[in-house]
Formats: sequence, structure tokens, C-alpha cells
Amino acid sequence: MITAPVVVGTPTRPSRARSASRRRRRVLGLLACLVGLVVVVVLSVSIGSREVSLTEVVSAFTDQSATGLAEEAVRARVPRTVLGLLVGAALGLAGAIMQGVTRNPLADPGILGVNTGASLFVVSGIAFFGMTTVTQYIWLALAGAAASAVFVYTVGSIGRGGATPLKLALAGAATTAALSSLISAIVLPRVDALQVFRFWQIGGIGGANWESMATVVPFLAVGAILSLLSARSLDALALGDELATGLGGNIKVARAVAALGGVLLCGAATAIAGPIGFIGLVVPHVARILTGSDYRWILPYSVGFGAVLLLLADVVGRVVTRPSDVEVGIITAIIGAPVFIAVVRRQKIKEL
Amino acid sequence: MTREFVAARPVGVTGSTPAVGTSAAETLRAARRRRGRHRRLVIGALAAALVAMFVTTLMVGNTFYPPGDVLRVAFGEKVPGASFTVGTLRLPRAITGVLAGVAFGLAGVTFQTMLRNALASPDVIGITSGASAAAVFAITILGAGGAGVSILAVVSGLGAALAIYLLAYRNGLSGARLILIGIGVGAMLDSVVSYLLLKSSSFEVQAALRWLTGSLGSAFWDGIPPLALSLLVLLPLIIVLTRRLTALQLGDESAMALGVRVDRTRLLLVVVAVALAGVATATTGPIAFVAFLSGPIAARLVGGGRSLLIPAGLVGGLLVLTADLLGQFAFGTSFPVGVVTGAIGAPYLLYLLIRSNRSGGSL
Repeated sequence: MITAPVVVGTPTRPSRARSASRRRRRVLGLLACLVGLVVVVVLSVSIGSREVSLTEVVSAFTDQSATGLAEEAVRARVPRTVLGLLVGAALGLAGAIMQGVTRNPLADPGILGVNTGASLFVVSGIAFFGMTTVTQYIWLALAGAAASAVFVYTVGSIGRGGATPLKLALAGAATTAALSSLISAIVLPRVDALQVFRFWQIGGIGGANWESMATVVPFLAVGAILSLLSARSLDALALGDELATGLGGNIKVARAVAALGGVLLCGAATAIAGPIGFIGLVVPHVARILTGSDYRWILPYSVGFGAVLLLLADVVGRVVTRPSDVEVGIITAIIGAPVFIAVVRRQKIKEL
Repeated sequence: MTREFVAARPVGVTGSTPAVGTSAAETLRAARRRRGRHRRLVIGALAAALVAMFVTTLMVGNTFYPPGDVLRVAFGEKVPGASFTVGTLRLPRAITGVLAGVAFGLAGVTFQTMLRNALASPDVIGITSGASAAAVFAITILGAGGAGVSILAVVSGLGAALAIYLLAYRNGLSGARLILIGIGVGAMLDSVVSYLLLKSSSFEVQAALRWLTGSLGSAFWDGIPPLALSLLVLLPLIIVLTRRLTALQLGDESAMALGVRVDRTRLLLVVVAVALAGVATATTGPIAFVAFLSGPIAARLVGGGRSLLIPAGLVGGLLVLTADLLGQFAFGTSFPVGVVTGAIGAPYLLYLLIRSNRSGGSL
């Protein structure tokens, strides 16, 4: 059951039988996740405006001399697939980190306005400083993500009750609205460049290439390492600030490290793919259903599920309006919003 | 003044309870009279400001026309130059702005009062997104225009409202849950709007922005009849319902004790308010935060206790006109009205959040 991350960190020691069955479930879930990954990768390289059969997919990778149209199409889809995996994994992990750090089941880089902050900074860089490459605007994206994350969390946590889901979601929605207004104000007078900017209003992975991926990978790697190392402190944080302090951790440092990891992940992901919402919201909840409330399991699961979900959403986006694509950011919103609603419905009113 | 009034009563003479009772009642009556006078004063001032802003928007632009020219055009005279600029371009834009602003203001304050929550305005909880999505769908996919778009927008706004209500209803209605679910529904519908805009090549940038943030850039005479007719029907309706709305402010039980049929009133109010927001959205797009801002501004001006309906409507009209004028001429390049209201409204939403957090009040 997802009891939200306001969690319930199993206070009583589970019986041996229960813990064995849970371990079995966790391992099976991880296996299912791997199978899912393989399936979506195959789907992603074979589905598009040109249909490709499974044997052609295999020959594209095993036989270098095969240069038919089908094989070329498969190879052309590889960068997009890799980017989808990277971005999905990053956003899924970032979502889990944010839910853990804020102890809030509705936290998500999209809902908290972090993606919009990154977008605004990048759009400013393009418009005012003539930036053109990912290498240039990754720093802007990171700065924007960090600034808006700190801002939204501060506004949402002022006053009684700390950062409740309602306050955080509203602070995020208000910040998103304000920043979107600014983005429009920057984009509007530059009608000729609108095609470039459009990418910054709806995220997508259609324009993938190896060079820009190479630029963001180090940031993603550092973010992922910081995040995964925070698993234990997130478990402690889930018990509440007092208990976490009592357990001997420096919760301020732990929070800051985890948050830095999350911001690196979603800032870098936004720099390369534009703002993509709801992956970070959905994935940790699915992970929690399978693993329980242990962040040492939730985090790796979120990496895998994030990659699967984003790539799946991208494949769906390629199929629904063939031959044209629907940007993955639109599909994730349509899949993710119902999950958001379901999570809200589960909450007790006083927890909102 | 009240104090003098009380002191003038011969309090100590009889010392009986009835005398004190009368005195208290009269004090109350006097205070109410005074508040009524204050409210009328505010409404008068708002109406005057609206008229002044209306005339100003007709005068100001790339070419300035003196009030005399504007009035002559308004009364149908032919004035070289002004007839086209004012009569064809500025006048429909200003009229659309006022009508849409009034409609958004009325819809917003109705929701806010009914749900007793400043955040529960139709633009925050995703109802205008529903209307917007339907309008864009009607135009891009169905190729509809005019009244058809408005009707579809209203129907879809009602659908969104119903969906949000049903999803949020669980052992009663909680404001917090309603708002959060509204935000979720709104996010989904907004992505539908983005998708439709992205895919249809026939849309120009100006038109696309109309559906994303709200704009008066494509407001011409042909858009006014559906909006004006709807307001003509809906405005009296919502005023008739005002008294019941005021009763609802006291809470369901008190309203019931006063003889208001709570459920039916609420349903009627929702339908009328959503229709107002939907019609306005179909004409101008979801002008950001006008519905959300009008009620609180009106409340600040009028003070609590009385119905905020009329003042909120006036504030809405004034907001849209002012923001449009600012957006067109204050920043060098012209911005749609929704960008300006969004830039005003979002900080206010944050302020509201911080203030109510500090005071420990619930949202």
C-alpha cells in the first residue's frame, strides 16, 4: 500500500516470513523492471514512422554491414532511446528524492516549478546572451532549477505545519504561473525564434544527439551518486525531524546533500529535454507499492521505472498521431495527472 | 459617530434589558447603514474608474485621439482616421475586455464565496482550462466558430467542474482536496491545449497565445454578440442568486435555517458561474488570474459582510482593461493581457500563501 511518504517507516520489526516474502517481491519487481526496460528499448527502436520487424532490429545491431533502410532507421532511433532512458531515470530518481526530502507525496520537479525555473533561465540565456548549445545552458538550467526549488520550498514551508502537500503544490503552481508569464514575455517579441523556444515550453526527446548527451552525463552521474548515497538519510528523515536527529544524523546536511542530488538530476534533464512533468511524481509511488517504504529500494526502483515510463510515453507519443509525434511532455502529463489525483484522493484531509 | 449615538441614549434611567437591547440593535443598524454607504461609495468609484479606463484605452495608442474624437466615433459620427482606429480596432477590444473581465470577476468571486476559499477560483482549479481546451478543440479539429465555440466551452467547463467535484468528493467536500485535484485536472487539460496548438499549423502565434494565457489581440466586433448576450442573461441570474450566496457565506446550517435550499442553490450557482467563465474563456482565452484576483481585491475595498458580487465584477473589468493597456504600451513590445495579469496574480497568490501560513490560518 502506498501510505505516502509521510511515511510510516515500519516501526515494528517485521517477522522473518514477512520480510522474506517482501524480499521476494522486491527481487521479482526488479526483474520485471529489467524485462520492462528491454521491452521498451526494443519498442523504441522499432516503432516510428517506418515499421521495422524484430529480425531487422537484431540485424541492425549484430550485423554492421546491414545497411538497409530498416537498419538505418533503427540506428537513427538509438540516440533518442538512450536519451529517453537517461532523462526518465534522472526524473524518476529526482522525484523520489524530492518526495523524501520534503516528506511530501506530491513532490515532483514539474509540480514544484523546478522545471519551469530551469526553462526560464535557459530561455533567458538563449534570448539575451545568444546561447545555442547544451554546454552553455546546462549551468543556467542547474541554477534555475536550484533557485526555484529553494524558493518554492521556502514559501511552502513557512508557518504552521511545515511543507504540507497543499502548500507546496500551491507554491509550485503559483511559481510556475509566474515563471511561465515571464517565459512568454521573453519569447513573444522573438517570433522568428519561436520554434527554438517551443521546446522549452513542452519537453521532448526528439532532438537527441550524442554531443549534448555527453555534456549532461557527468552532471547526471554526480546527481545520481549523491541521490543514491542519501537513501539511508531519507529513511531517517521519513521518521520525522526529531527522530532523525535522535538517530544521530545531521539532518540539515543530509537534506542539503539529497536536495543537491535531486536538483542536479532534474536541472540536467531539463537542460537537454525541456520541462517534462509527472514522471517524478508517478514513479516513486509505483516503486513504493512494490518495495514498501525503504528508500534503499525505492531509489533504484525509481531509476528503472523512470526510464521505462518515459520511454514508454515517448513510444505512445509516436504511435497515437502517426506519422507525427506527440511530445513526451504532453503524454506524461496525461498519464501523470490521474495518478496525482489518485494520490490526493488517498490522503487524509488533515494531511493535506 | 456610533459611539455618540450610544452615549446619547439614556442608559442608566431604566436600566432594563429591553432598553439595552434596542440600543444594541440600533448600533448594529447604524453600523450596517454605514457599511452600506461605504459599499455604495466603493461601487460608484469602481464604476467611475472603469468608465475612465474604458475611455482612456480608446484614446491611447500609436496615435492619440482626444476624448472629443472618441465620443464622436462612439456616437456613430465619421471622423477621419479615428473611425477606423477607434471604431474598428480599439472599441471592440475595450468592450470585449470589459465584458470578459466582468464575467471572470463574477465567476471567481462566486466560487470563492461558495467554497469559502480564496484559492478556489475557476482559473486556479482548472475549470477555465477545461473551457479553453474545448474551445481550441472546436476551432482546430471541428473547424467551428462563433457561438458554437462558446457553447462547447461552457459545456466542457461544466464537465471539468463536475469531474473535479466528483473526484474531490469523499466523505464530504474538502477545500484542500478540491484545489489540489483542480490543479491536477488543470495540468492535464493545459497539456491538451499545448498539444492542439503545437500540431495545428493554421494557428498564428497571437492566436496560440490567446489560448495559453488569454489575449485581447484577436478581439473584433464579431466576437462580442455571444459574450454580450450571455452576460445579459447570466448577470441578472447571478444577482438574483446573490442573496442566497450571502446566506451561504454563513455556513450550510445557517443558510438552511434561513430557508435557503442549499444544494439546489449551490448547483445553480456553479452552473451560472461556470457558464460565465466558459463564455469569457471562449472569447478571450483563459486570462490568467483575473477570476482569482477580483474577489480578494473587492473584499479589500468593500470590507467583509456584504455581497462582493458587483464590486468583484467591476474590479475584473478594470483589471483586464488596465492590464491590456499596460501590456500593449508599457514595455516597448506588446504583450497579451494574460501575461500581465499572470505576472500580477502569481506573486499575489504567493503572498496569500505566505500570509495565511504566517498567521496559521488554513487555506
